Amino acid sequence: MSVMGSFIISQYVLDHFNFWVAVILMMIGLYAMITKNNLIKKLIGMSIFQTAIILFYVSAGVKEGATIPILEHHAAETEQVAAGDAGAEHGSVVGADHDVSKSSEKAPAHEVHEINPDDYSNPLPHVLMLTAIVVGVATLGVALAVAQVIYKNYGTLEEDEILAKIKAAENDG
Amino acid sequence: MKWIGLIAVIFTGGLLLSAMDDFPNWGDAHSPANSSPVSQYYIEQTMTDSGVPNMVTAVLADYRGYDTMFETVVVLIAGIAIMAILRVAKQVPGGAKPTPAHEVGDQHDIIIGTTCRLLIPVLQLFALYVIAHGHHSPGGGFQGGVILGASFILAAIAKGLDPALQRLPEKRYVKLAFVGVVIYVSFGVACLILGENFLDYGVLHELLPTMSAEEARSHSMLGVEIGVAFTVSMIMFAIYANLASKGELEGGL
Amino acid sequence: MIWQFDILILIFLVVTAVISLQVKDLLAASMVFGTYSFLICLLWAGMGAVDVAFTEATVGAGISAVILIATVYNTRRDSSD
Repeated sequence: MSVMGSFIISQYVLDHFNFWVAVILMMIGLYAMITKNNLIKKLIGMSIFQTAIILFYVSAGVKEGATIPILEHHAAETEQVAAGDAGAEHGSVVGADHDVSKSSEKAPAHEVHEINPDDYSNPLPHVLMLTAIVVGVATLGVALAVAQVIYKNYGTLEEDEILAKIKAAENDG
Repeated sequence: MKWIGLIAVIFTGGLLLSAMDDFPNWGDAHSPANSSPVSQYYIEQTMTDSGVPNMVTAVLADYRGYDTMFETVVVLIAGIAIMAILRVAKQVPGGAKPTPAHEVGDQHDIIIGTTCRLLIPVLQLFALYVIAHGHHSPGGGFQGGVILGASFILAAIAKGLDPALQRLPEKRYVKLAFVGVVIYVSFGVACLILGENFLDYGVLHELLPTMSAEEARSHSMLGVEIGVAFTVSMIMFAIYANLASKGELEGGL
Repeated sequence: MIWQFDILILIFLVVTAVISLQVKDLLAASMVFGTYSFLICLLWAGMGAVDVAFTEATVGAGISAVILIATVYNTRRDSSD
């Protein structure tokens, strides 16, 4: 493989590999939803489509070298002290900064004060997708309930047989 | 049909993949999504605003609390819809009566029964830990609620649906599911009564004089998560109980 | 995260997705779908989205597989495609 070829592969595939797989999974799910004859298979395809979108969102929130979006607990104590001071004095921003710098000078062990956003992965997509997963399983339950009712009334879960039975019932009535 | 589907899928996938060149690289810390002021604000200010180390819980229950409230309502409505769909179907006359693909005997294995009896308390304790410790570690109302619901489902699988429904009858789980939403809304209404915006928990520190506004936020998040856990756990059990027994709530898987 | 691990899981994801849609036995399809959910949960845990991974492990690999199996039990196990 030439240098140019490997460059193109790393440029277009490796850097976006998560997005590639998200699109591939999405298309697998879409294909299943369009062409599969069995309703349960269609629902599995729908769930795969859904996880592909969630994968896309979570991949967009990843930062290289970042940790999980949970702060350290030692930072919590310092922050609360600083916030309490600022709130108690009703001081200006300058005053609050002064207090913080004084306390960090006194206690060099609490230097984890500054929070750099690049150190933590983006929490916003996580929150949006977390609720989407739970709502997704609830809607999957509704869909399965509808599938059970269809099976009860038509005796089958195959789409073409259901359509044939509906057509026959229409011709009769 | 297959060819039409294939053409549609290849066309859509090709369009999406051709747009891939414009995407930011994987793990790019300065992509538009990661450098937006909103998520930067969440990362930097969560600790100052509420003292909760887990940003995901803080954003879920506080900053975007309105969103989460209606997600909980969606889960509740989905559970009610499942019950309604399967109940109505029971009265449809003249339907075909298919038999299950295979029959399972009534006797339940002693090994499975004993294992589940030992396992279920541990599971429920872990679920409560996940709910209560969701501020400081991964977890929260949704995860803990689902684990709690899964422990009931495990009991229903191991001992049969009927003993599980004797412990947790339909009336009780529907009530508890509504109680969860009521807990959530009551936190919002309490903030309204105290003269702040709906779900702006900071004002709740007036109720307890020893609490600061940050602690009020942190503790209100716990209360809200407990409400979410009530609804989610009961609805998960309701979904299983109704789907496993075709809505008749007897026999079952 | 380790990118080799990432790529391995992503390839397995596509494989399990295709298998769960191609297998004719719906019970097997539900189980393979549970495997798919577990793999994607591993992937998210590696990406640092621990809360999402936790939710997917409980919901995707737990509850959705169970309610799919409950529906398969109450309907038919075989599928035409």
